[in-house]
Amino acid sequence: MARMDLRNIAKRYGPVEVMRNIDLAIEDGEFIVLVGPSGCGKSTLLRMIAGLEPISEGEFLIDGQRMNEVAPRDRDIAMVFQSYALYPHMDVARNMGFSMEIRGADAGEKQSKVAEAARTLGLTALTKRLPKALSGGQRQRVAMGRAIVRDPKAFLFDEPLSNLDAALRVEMRLEIARLHQRLKATMVYVTHDQVEALTLADRIVVLDSGNIQQVGTPLELYERPANRFVAQFIGSPTMNVLDVTPAEGGITLRNGTTIGFSPAVPAAIPAVAQLGIRPEHLDIADPDGASMVGVADVVEHLGSDTNIYVQVEGIGPLMLRQHGHLPLRPNERIGLTIPADRMHLFDAEGIALR
Amino acid sequence: MSRKAPGEIRARRSFYWRYVLEPYFYLAPAILLIAGVMVVPLVIGISYSFQSVRLLRPGGGFVGLENYLDLWSDRKFWIALENTFVWTIGSISFQFLLGLGLALLLNTRFHGKRLIQSLVFLPWAVPTFLSALAWAWLFNPTIGPLPHWLTAMGILGEPQNILGDPELAIWGPIVANIWFGIPFFAITLLAALQSIPAELYEAAEIDGASPWQRFTKITLPFLAPMIAITVMLRTIWIANFADLIFVMTGGGPANSTQILSTYIFTTAFKKLDFGYASAIAVALLILLLIYAAILLVLRRRLVKI
Amino acid sequence: MNPALTTGKYLAIAGYVGFAMFPLFWLLKIAVTPDKLVFTEGTALWPSAMTLDNFRRVLTQTDFLSYFTNSLIVSLSTAAVTTMIAAAAGYAFSRFHFRGKPVIIAVMLVTQMFPLLMIIAPIYSIIAKLGLLNSLSSLIIVYTAFNIPFATFLMQSFFDGIPGDLEEAAMIDGCSRFQALRKVIFPLTLPGLGATLGFVFTAAWSELLFALMLISSNDTMTFPVGLLTFVSKFSVDWGQMMAAGVMALVPSCLFFLFIQRYLVQGLTSGAVKG
Repeated sequence: MARMDLRNIAKRYGPVEVMRNIDLAIEDGEFIVLVGPSGCGKSTLLRMIAGLEPISEGEFLIDGQRMNEVAPRDRDIAMVFQSYALYPHMDVARNMGFSMEIRGADAGEKQSKVAEAARTLGLTALTKRLPKALSGGQRQRVAMGRAIVRDPKAFLFDEPLSNLDAALRVEMRLEIARLHQRLKATMVYVTHDQVEALTLADRIVVLDSGNIQQVGTPLELYERPANRFVAQFIGSPTMNVLDVTPAEGGITLRNGTTIGFSPAVPAAIPAVAQLGIRPEHLDIADPDGASMVGVADVVEHLGSDTNIYVQVEGIGPLMLRQHGHLPLRPNERIGLTIPADRMHLFDAEGIALR
Repeated sequence: MSRKAPGEIRARRSFYWRYVLEPYFYLAPAILLIAGVMVVPLVIGISYSFQSVRLLRPGGGFVGLENYLDLWSDRKFWIALENTFVWTIGSISFQFLLGLGLALLLNTRFHGKRLIQSLVFLPWAVPTFLSALAWAWLFNPTIGPLPHWLTAMGILGEPQNILGDPELAIWGPIVANIWFGIPFFAITLLAALQSIPAELYEAAEIDGASPWQRFTKITLPFLAPMIAITVMLRTIWIANFADLIFVMTGGGPANSTQILSTYIFTTAFKKLDFGYASAIAVALLILLLIYAAILLVLRRRLVKI
Repeated sequence: MNPALTTGKYLAIAGYVGFAMFPLFWLLKIAVTPDKLVFTEGTALWPSAMTLDNFRRVLTQTDFLSYFTNSLIVSLSTAAVTTMIAAAAGYAFSRFHFRGKPVIIAVMLVTQMFPLLMIIAPIYSIIAKLGLLNSLSSLIIVYTAFNIPFATFLMQSFFDGIPGDLEEAAMIDGCSRFQALRKVIFPLTLPGLGATLGFVFTAAWSELLFALMLISSNDTMTFPVGLLTFVSKFSVDWGQMMAAGVMALVPSCLFFLFIQRYLVQGLTSGAVKG
């Protein structure tokens, strides 16, 4: 069990600063997901927590103890790598028990711990195999088993599911969620997949180009994104963004329609602003009297949902998602309305206006 | 941050040691040996070329450019220079062409390929002094068949040892060098050939390319970088390669096989005239540097990437 | 495929095999030819009688056994020391980024390009001053230095093939860097160490010119020096010379079989190594 504090951490490679002003407090037993596009620095941050990368500036503490200079082996953490990093020359049991072997643990104790982890993960029949004789999913389980046997203060995951196929990924995601519920250990999980982030996290940290964009629960990020980047990164399909200008008691779209605010009026709208609306929050209306009118371009029938790409007159392409099956054909004219309580407004820098 | 426990500072130091000094700890033995056995002697060698260092005639000391002036008027030096070109160009062109042919053959399918591959690559592993002796013996009419075969083919008038004929002698070591060097080109080019994706050939075949077109439009362009680097490096290596000639002919007869590197060695080893040997070596080094510079310029001109 | 082309291909392959094997075959042939037949059947493809006499006499009546032992000591020691030093250096190149790295790599590449004969005179002077002429250890030191750059690049390519994740995982599992090396990296790089050992052995086994310069006493002669001295002294005893040659070939061939799988890596990583 561990509480972690990241205080004003920066990372530089020579003169190039790739990460700055990282402040984050991770509570004991919390499941934190670091998410962001590739190159945003999320893996680097995780590796600094693990002690695999030196921290250029700032302080990292576990349970109040400064860790910057502590070697990985003494931080009492376990890590699951994207490549799994199983030792190719050791069988499954030895892979899982390696950390205890290094510590010179009692052989019997090691065996029982390995056996228990193997049983939980359904690996009992495979303990004598070498990693090369395992499937991708099995390797992933062994990597998790190795972390479990380590019995660390905290678990670190570096994109652990990205090498698995879609079905297995869902299954292993559940497995990780169960593991967290059972062990109640602190976990830090890196992914670029927002679905993994939303389903697993107690709190999500969204990173972009070396900066923390927002920290919050999945629902907070979905409902109150701090800026346009977070708004577009979280949620699928991606949020629509339209240029707007301020109007009396509301805003004006590029096609001339004005939408009034109700009930709350946000802070003053700057001359250059943008409106964000999620595809699932757009409403279909009769073309007469709708705030926007357009032609359905492509219609995707997913069964549970229908995705419609609409070419809106005077505005451009928008995406719309409706629950259930919508009997719509391409080139059909439809009207769209924007519910005022579902709107997100951003200033010219992309910061949310509240 | 102002107050720190002493232990913490120590931890910090060891931490920086870990990231800054650790690689040098692993590299130290290698660096020390290379510096002591190669770099320092290289500097001494260059300084020798401005001194008179003769083990048989002690004394001497700094003589300025005298060694180089001697070199300029030394007929043997110019002969050796000319022979170096013949030796290098003759060896490299045949090594490369035959090596490319072998690589292309080994890139096809046939029975017993693994065994064949071991056999044709074996000359690379034969110690050079042994290759030299074996070929010298093959050219010897008493115990070798080559003079008799060459006579039967009408190339030689009588079964004589070509290594004793100033006109022909240089070809003896060149043949031995070709024999020794084919595997190097075959192995490196075969590796490059095998890295060409098969889909490219299939696509070209569908597009209607003939086998010859496939060779010139796909194979050669893909091999070009490997060819460039191996030929360039090998040229330098061969120009420096003295063992074969030294063992087979010792530079003779009448200096007809003397190249710069054997001239360096015989001057140092037989005459023990280290100053003059070093001057020849510096001259060879300068020639190789010029060659490398020309290649780099050409590369920048020709390669658009 | 066109039958004429197929025939041509097999003829070409046969040509290459013939060219590659012929000198070695001839060496073996003369070595097993009885003395009295050498001159009468010198150019026949196979002698009418065979004998191992030449081998027996080389082993019992000459110093070749001592040359052979000297060469073995020099080559094995060079290979072992070089491989250890090169493994450490290759590991540093593969796993660390540090400021001096490009410079050190450039220097190592340059040492592969300049004429080694350039330093034969200074090395002789230094070794003479140290009083190490005619000692096997001087050869071992010199050969080790010559082979380190190439062996380092070779070892680096082997380390590059082992994912860095593995030792990081080991370090998180509780290993120090050294423990991670010993328990995880070392077992995985055994084939690489073996190949490097083989390449360096082969190179040291065939080195002639520096040995000729640094060794003049019969007791410490390596095989190439001994054989060459023998050739210039007794240039008519063909059978014995060839028998000695065949014996010098044996270790090379053994190591060649051993390193065959790594030839491509070996020849391209040094990029200049013969």
